[in-house]
Amino acid sequence: MAAIAAATPLLAARGVTVELGGQPVLRGVDLEVRAGEVVGLLGPNGAGKSTFLRAATRLVPLSGGSLEVEGTGLERITRRDLARAVAVVQQLPEAPGTMLVEELVLLGRNPHLGLLSRESPHDYAVAVDAMRRVGCEEFARRPLHTLSGGQRRRAFLARALAQEPRLLLLDEPNANLDVQAQAEAFELLLALARDGVGVLVAVHDLTLAAAYCDRVVMLVEGRVIASGAPADVVTSEVVARVYGDRVMVIPHPQSGAPIVVPAVMERSDA
Amino acid sequence: MSVEAPQARPLGASAGAGRRALASTGPIAVCTLLLVGVAVLSLTQGAASIPAGTAVAFVLNRLPFVHIAVDAPASWETIVVDVRLPRLLVAGVVGASLAYSGAAYQGVFRNPLADPYLIGVASGAALGASIAIVSPLESSSYEFGWVPLLAFAGAAVAVLLAYGFAQSGRTVSNTALILAGVAISSVASAITSFILLTGGDRAQPILSFLFGSFNTATWARLTVGTPYLLAGAAVIALHARVLNVLQLDEEQAAQLGVDVTRSKLIVLGAASLIAATAVAMAGVIGFVGLVVPHVTRMVFGGDYRRLLPLAALLGASFLIGTDVLARTLLRPQEVPVGIVTAMVGGPFFLYLLRVRRLGGF
Repeated sequence: MAAIAAATPLLAARGVTVELGGQPVLRGVDLEVRAGEVVGLLGPNGAGKSTFLRAATRLVPLSGGSLEVEGTGLERITRRDLARAVAVVQQLPEAPGTMLVEELVLLGRNPHLGLLSRESPHDYAVAVDAMRRVGCEEFARRPLHTLSGGQRRRAFLARALAQEPRLLLLDEPNANLDVQAQAEAFELLLALARDGVGVLVAVHDLTLAAAYCDRVVMLVEGRVIASGAPADVVTSEVVARVYGDRVMVIPHPQSGAPIVVPAVMERSDA
Repeated sequence: MSVEAPQARPLGASAGAGRRALASTGPIAVCTLLLVGVAVLSLTQGAASIPAGTAVAFVLNRLPFVHIAVDAPASWETIVVDVRLPRLLVAGVVGASLAYSGAAYQGVFRNPLADPYLIGVASGAALGASIAIVSPLESSSYEFGWVPLLAFAGAAVAVLLAYGFAQSGRTVSNTALILAGVAISSVASAITSFILLTGGDRAQPILSFLFGSFNTATWARLTVGTPYLLAGAAVIALHARVLNVLQLDEEQAAQLGVDVTRSKLIVLGAASLIAATAVAMAGVIGFVGLVVPHVTRMVFGGDYRRLLPLAALLGASFLIGTDVLARTLLRPQEVPVGIVTAMVGGPFFLYLLRVRRLGGF
């Protein structure tokens, strides 16, 4: 692991600045993701988390700073090569309702296929493997519009895995999932990281991020205000500064990881 | 649970591939049979009713090394081979082209209401044809003369203008493209209407161009037009998988390695080339490019690698069939085929809408 960590970072953002419609959304963000680690991108609504993920796949232009994927400037990578290295799971991705799960997952092989080539047995095997890994093989032949929110998320995650990415970007992969499913989703990310994938995940839930991420980056109004180990970032001071005084941070009874809870001292009807 | 067990490994490499091959050849075979049936019907129908066996024998005799003895009047052979066959082929080729390019348009715009005329092909072609018809240019309508040539040029100019106006920076948004197309179309249509109103008797052929007709179907038109159609179709076929990816949305397509702007430009260019050629051959025939790809999608699913060839086969069958109706409904008078496609296609489409909800998108 040490050797990989010492190598070129999968994603290196230096002073990334993005303006949307004249409004600054990211103001000089520095961030690195290395192979085998799960990095959490934290911050309140509108902090720029999603914009950063979009910038990292060249969907929005930078007005300053630089982004490199595996040491190469983003602007010098073709879409196809970028999609072979980086896969994205958007928050609420759209797709035709009649598309089957397996058809969706197979689209993840697109960056590996030339104009003239069809999916080979290997491509099918990778897609099947991806579906097995996220546990969506039992509904592989169902159209997307028949799926529950959680199943749908797994289908799109399987598509991202079918790309065989070295870097995986996820936007709120736990939104609308029940507690158990959230834990399962993050455990899957940990397993991917153990296989050497770099994971950058935008999360609202500080507790979840603190429990699963190797490092976290706290973004506020487009700036990084704290980054490092979860225990150093998810602290009472930082949380109070970012979110206000209605929350408090307590240690997990077993692991000691920070847990963020509402700071309610007494119920008004008590 | 036991019922679902066989589906548990749907993409299992070899077995899955075999099943998929079967799933894609089955519909192709069915649609090809339908096309052959309609084609034979088309050869037999008309002022002279010629038995199917005789008509097919006449056609087959034109192939090398085929000699079938036929006991029938010599004039029948002329009717079948020189009149009905080119007409059948033009109708089939135009129907296939409009349906194929309509499928591509719907794929690029991710919209079931898109058709090959969306960004100016039809109105541009109509204007070009109108200019050719009222101008002093010689407009022999029985060869590939000035009318189809200027129709083609008009369609190309309209589409290029729409694309040019819609472009901002390196990207082209679908909405801007549609709006620019609507604007260009309305200007072109206004000029066409003006020519039609002020042109007097000279302008009458414009009407038949606007409704579409196979009266002018000749071997010359077929041989001149077909290379453009094949080239356009080949380019789109190469992008069938990209069209599948584009069905997600443009951001996801980009994240899956598609150069969205370039792919859209290539596919729209090829689809417009096909549509412009088809319109130059037979005038503005509506509805085929909208309804046929849509129905194909409802019946056979949204995988463009299957959808494109199936839409072409069904489009050919549909237009050959409606041409038979157009020739026989008010015999000996002929109804413009564009009117028949709308009269037949409209109610059928409404029926499908009631039976099945607008699916596929």
